[in-house]
Amino acid sequence: MAVITIDKVSRWFGNVVAVNDVTMSIGPGVTGLLGPNGAGKSTLIHLMSGFLAPSAGTVTLDGAPIWRNQEVYRAIGLVPERESMYDYLTGWEFVLANAELHGLADPGAAAIRALRLVEMEYAQERRTGTYSKGMKQRVKMASALVHDPSVLLLDEPFNGMDPRQRLHLMELLRQFGADGRTVLFSSHILEEVEQLARHIEVVVAGRHAASGDFRKIRRLMTDRPHRYLVRSSDDRRLAAALIADGSTAAIELDWQERALRIQAINFQGFTTLLPKVAKEAGIRLYTVSPADESLESVFSYLVAS
Amino acid sequence: MLQPLFLVTVARLTVRGLLGRRRGILLLIVPVLLLAISVIGRFSHADRHDLTVNILGQLALGTLVPILGLVVGTGVIATEIDDGSIVYLLAKPLPRWKIITTKLAVAVVTTWVFAAVPTLLAGLVLYGTKDNLAVAFTVGTLVAGAAYSAVFLLLGVVTRHAVVAGLAYALVWESLVGNFVKGAKTLSIQQWGLSLAKSVAADGAIDATVAVRVAVPLLILVTLAATVFASVRLAGFTTVAED
Repeated sequence: MAVITIDKVSRWFGNVVAVNDVTMSIGPGVTGLLGPNGAGKSTLIHLMSGFLAPSAGTVTLDGAPIWRNQEVYRAIGLVPERESMYDYLTGWEFVLANAELHGLADPGAAAIRALRLVEMEYAQERRTGTYSKGMKQRVKMASALVHDPSVLLLDEPFNGMDPRQRLHLMELLRQFGADGRTVLFSSHILEEVEQLARHIEVVVAGRHAASGDFRKIRRLMTDRPHRYLVRSSDDRRLAAALIADGSTAAIELDWQERALRIQAINFQGFTTLLPKVAKEAGIRLYTVSPADESLESVFSYLVAS
Repeated sequence: MLQPLFLVTVARLTVRGLLGRRRGILLLIVPVLLLAISVIGRFSHADRHDLTVNILGQLALGTLVPILGLVVGTGVIATEIDDGSIVYLLAKPLPRWKIITTKLAVAVVTTWVFAAVPTLLAGLVLYGTKDNLAVAFTVGTLVAGAAYSAVFLLLGVVTRHAVVAGLAYALVWESLVGNFVKGAKTLSIQQWGLSLAKSVAADGAIDATVAVRVAVPLLILVTLAATVFASVRLAGFTTVAED
């Protein structure tokens, strides 16, 4: 049982706060670290892999501090986001070197096993500099797995992978999770996280926004209030008709835009209500546009809730 | 058998990174130039002693050694830090100081092979074994090469602008300031090397400003301090999160 515990951790760079008072614990199984770009996912993974000191709080693996403690690497396998990896080595030489650096009793056997696991034996005699992005990702995986770690940390592992490679990596990570290892990967794509992780941690703007089962997170995201910008032949009368229904929470008459700003509670209900109400009242709709469908706004709703 | 002090795999990776591809050939250019000039000098009619002291002092010890020390000292670690591949060394249960001592050993030996050996050959070509000049300058380049390697390796760990900082030290401080301000010579690896060369050569064959009893402790101190400091900094190595 390997558990990474992040306890009241903040990390700032100068006067920029990258991670703000985050507390979470990552246990066995696959966990997805979800958040928009720049949310602090990478900073968290750097903190968990011992490449960044927390400005405040503690990051521990089974009680042992991770920062300035190289012994933790006996249990941790790290797949960094950056691609450079001794381009002049072949895949075999690279994985073997990693096995040797771990001081394994039989580095050759460990390297063979790791390369077989990621199905890269066919290209192991080629230099890693000639690999495609997906191949590099798999050899990086092999190097992280060579010492059979109980914790696997992956920073945006699916970036730049084609769908087939993505499925293969997901299958591999699912297997590790099922074996009882602690697997944590970061991603900014909800669908990606959903496919793989039962447990999701959401970070937004450096804050821990939500934590739990993916179904719960999914519900939070679809049930959030949706905002629309609506222009019609008679905004004021439309507003009056709409507010009578339970699916809208707030309506604002925006004089400058000459439009209605509508906040809907029930996404399904509102989208069927709007045309019906307009038709009954004889009002023509000119514009109906969602005002905040960006990923950031979806996430920032989670922070507020 | 070397495991207590050095990490064989780290050494192998470092050597391949340093000498692999075209860099190995690039490192050969300067020593080859030195030897070519020495061969030409052998047929010149100028005073042979002065010519030898000038070529070995200015060209070998004054230029070849700092340049190689800079290229090699930063090359053994700064390139890995720059491209991020250092994480594969650091995400391992290895004592940080062993990574530094291993890389330093590679840097020192490389500097010796590409700077000290050519200096010895150039000296022998120019002046034979007279006045012990060839051996004296070789000793100077050996100790200076080791100190430069340690200092430039440290620069590679502490700053992303290691090459610029190293050039500033070698060119501005040692060459420029050292020529005008006498005191600056006391804090110059090149002068320490020269001081040791003087003590090895026949009396009066080489001039040096720094006394050997000052130069030797300073050489040892700087080399050790740079190594210790580099180890400490590597132990607290922080990657830049690209968030």
